[in-house]
Amino acid sequence: MKVGVIVFPGSNCDHDAWYAINENLHGRAEFIWHQSSNLSDVDAVLLPGGFSYGDYLRCGAIARFSPVMSAVKKFAADGGLVLGVCNGFQILVEAGLLPGALLRNQDLKFICRELRLRTETTHSPFTSKLEKGQVLRLPIAHGEGRYFADDRTLDELEAEDRVTFRYLDNPNGSTRAIAGILNRGRNVMGMMPHPERACDPLMGSTSGLGIFESMLSAVPALTK
Amino acid sequence: MTITPELVEQHQLTPAEYQKIVSLLGREPSYTELGVFSVMWSEHCSYKSSRIHLKKLPTQGKYVVQGPGENAGIIGIGGGWVIAFKIESHNHPSYIEPFQGAATGVGGILRDIFTMGARPIAVMDSLRFGPLDIARNRRILAGVVSGIAHYGNCFGVPTVGGECIFEDCYSANPLVNVFALGVCRENEIFYARASGIGNPVIYVGAKTGRDGIHGASMASAEFTEESKQKRPNVQVGDPFLEKLLLEACIEAMKTGAIVAIQDMGAAGLTSSSCEMGSRGGVGIDIDLDLVPQRESGMTAYEMLLSESQERMLIVAEKGRENEVFDVFRKWGLDAVTIGVVTPDGNLRIRHHGEVVAEIPNPALADEAPKYNRPHGVRPHRKAPMHFMGDAAPDRIPASKDLNADLLRLLAAPDICSKRWIWEQYDYTVRTNTIVGPGSDAAVVRVKETGTSIAMSLDGNGRYCYLDPREGAKLAVAECCRNLATTGAVPVAATNNLNFGNPERPEIMAQLVEAIEGIAEACAFFETPITGGNVSLYNETLGEGIYPTPVLGIIGLMKTAIPAPVRFKAPGAHILLLGGLGENHALRFGSSEYAKVILGQLWGLPPQLDMAYEKRVHDCIREILAAGLAESAHDLSDGGLAVALSECCTTEIGARIDITPAERIDFALFGEAPSRIVLTSLDPDRVREIALLFEVACPVIGVTMKGRLQIGNETTMWIDSATTDLKQSFENSLPQLLQTT
Repeated sequence: MKVGVIVFPGSNCDHDAWYAINENLHGRAEFIWHQSSNLSDVDAVLLPGGFSYGDYLRCGAIARFSPVMSAVKKFAADGGLVLGVCNGFQILVEAGLLPGALLRNQDLKFICRELRLRTETTHSPFTSKLEKGQVLRLPIAHGEGRYFADDRTLDELEAEDRVTFRYLDNPNGSTRAIAGILNRGRNVMGMMPHPERACDPLMGSTSGLGIFESMLSAVPALTK
Repeated sequence: MTITPELVEQHQLTPAEYQKIVSLLGREPSYTELGVFSVMWSEHCSYKSSRIHLKKLPTQGKYVVQGPGENAGIIGIGGGWVIAFKIESHNHPSYIEPFQGAATGVGGILRDIFTMGARPIAVMDSLRFGPLDIARNRRILAGVVSGIAHYGNCFGVPTVGGECIFEDCYSANPLVNVFALGVCRENEIFYARASGIGNPVIYVGAKTGRDGIHGASMASAEFTEESKQKRPNVQVGDPFLEKLLLEACIEAMKTGAIVAIQDMGAAGLTSSSCEMGSRGGVGIDIDLDLVPQRESGMTAYEMLLSESQERMLIVAEKGRENEVFDVFRKWGLDAVTIGVVTPDGNLRIRHHGEVVAEIPNPALADEAPKYNRPHGVRPHRKAPMHFMGDAAPDRIPASKDLNADLLRLLAAPDICSKRWIWEQYDYTVRTNTIVGPGSDAAVVRVKETGTSIAMSLDGNGRYCYLDPREGAKLAVAECCRNLATTGAVPVAATNNLNFGNPERPEIMAQLVEAIEGIAEACAFFETPITGGNVSLYNETLGEGIYPTPVLGIIGLMKTAIPAPVRFKAPGAHILLLGGLGENHALRFGSSEYAKVILGQLWGLPPQLDMAYEKRVHDCIREILAAGLAESAHDLSDGGLAVALSECCTTEIGARIDITPAERIDFALFGEAPSRIVLTSLDPDRVREIALLFEVACPVIGVTMKGRLQIGNETTMWIDSATTDLKQSFENSLPQLLQTT
């Protein structure tokens, strides 16, 4: 009956995701420790941003081996909703739940900036409440967010309508300006921008709400 | 090992200080003890040159819960919550190794905050470098910025603001001052006061290595011979470990089993144990064999003086050690009992079954030397009082093209946009940042109380060089003005005093004058100093840095989006709260214009009338609270013309109509304080409020599309497309850094 926010050592957007879901969306979120091997009764999983295990190796390369990831994989295979944001996206890619890779930003620097994204599909439980073509304003904050995949994979993603968001001003050199993608089952999404940081007018944008509202409506039990 | 006068000297102790050690101990110290005294009595740890003057600072106030003397200052913010905050320097390490120097500077101040039980929610940095046309300075800047980004971003604390200034004098002495702020419950503050005889002393966090030995004082030939290894004095930071340490400490504190806690910063294990013992009036026994070690064969001397990062010392309640161990084990961190609290007041260190040091704690912490160094001379300054050392103001050449001057000023390193720097910092993590970098003051909300904190960091070496006392007062005033411009009420301050060699009377005079200036201004603006840091000996080849006190002041405010710096729409009236001010030749010599356009420094800093300044602050808060301002921005470097340019957006500019009594260049670019430019749709009501506070508030123009024009019926001095202004302002720093 709730969103499980996974806490890896080094996760640092876990509190923000929890706050957005509980306080801004009046949903239910709870933390799940990286060593748990089951997700108990959650209805959706969120892999938050941060530097899991320090990310001194490739981002997410260690986290994919943590005990909780086996449970997340099984949950995803059973059709459960899994959203990976920033480091969460990197982990999903490393874990093989999403295709491609996230490389160092083109100019090799960490970038923190609010920017504009175009919604590319509404045909997913993460974007159903958005309009196709709708422009969102979300912050990014990453050093390794340059989405990369070979042309065949990219063609496939596009042919199967699995690109959810594209940057209007590509900040990091992502191929085909991709900011977010779905898995083939459309129940797993990874994105580099931070929707949980844009759920409160005080933060300058509420564009993130639509993504969480889509998830809550896909799993009605998520609402309190 | 016998202690020779040479060895004493290598430990930077004077013969008199050594005699004091002998008399305190009643015997000759051992080599290990000499090392311990040398770091604890170093300038860095003991504040021996500054302590008697720091006493002049106001430290009490209605919001103050904890003043100087702890790891950080604490003030109450209501609703049972407090904030802990402090600023600290990492100047010397950042010069030697910019990336790690700056990174560990961030790490050190974050530990100071969370050791008190407060979760860090904001960081700001005050940076000073040499000119960017020198490749080495560009490298230092890039290294420092990526070091700060590396540590803060990974740790998960937003870097919400700061300042970055360039002067020749910082070429071999860059300044890296880091401010951090955290939140905690008033009844869950932790102090570094050991108590409870028989309570275990627990070591947590990273293992101890040979890094950073004598970071607080020096490395010597004997010491190198002794250790057979030459190690760099700059420590290496691990922000991931620090993040785990944060979470584990906060969780362990909740068990109730922790009596006292202190981070191991400068002088590592030595200072943390003797300061905890000294504050609590107890002794501490430590067995070094139990200390988690990263390498083998370390001597007692090395372990005691190591400055390995990400370590903490905890005194726990006897019998409840396991509650602490369990938490640290969960986070994958070392936690080991290495000692015990004793009644005798001594710091006793054992190694391989022998007592290698036994020193009364008060001897180290409280009996440290205090010097009233000579300062009865004029503060050091070489700058003339008049332009080119000459007299009359009309000798200052009139500008040939004020418009071009403005564009050059906007592109000047001190003034231009620092976006290149702050976009490398995560400033939105923790979802509290209401106003981030690039504004007058940063604002973060406190979710726990529903209120917000505004914070500002400011120093001005050039003003202080010309007059340390007035310059320091101006820094306090500007911080408070920045806070007022966002609607906040300033409540408390922290300061970082960066100066040259205090053994030179004319430098010591700068320090004393600046401290007294801060004391006077902080008392006047009711912002008591709750802690801070002193960094001396910032000198190379006998030439010191400008005296550079950096003030960090925090203010309280309701949670709301404040009026932005930038103009909102065309057609709004522009008012200049505080008036045109007095800008004349003597004061013009301290301005950015004098530095950038005329290439000279002379005269005095702007004249500050603190009573008027305070009325301006009260007045702008009233105007903002009444919802009358669409935008508000305080005037500082570059004066009126630069402030107006910063208010312009790409689309919206302004038409300004002024007829100044003084020279136009003074009026446009003079830096008289106590001024705020604001826009309003109801200028009459704004002026009514200004009248109540007896503050000048002329309407000077209206916002309009596309251009900034400053002139009157007869002359147009400035006429620029807003896109050109933005281009100069935004593109400058990346271009300066790309020069090879």
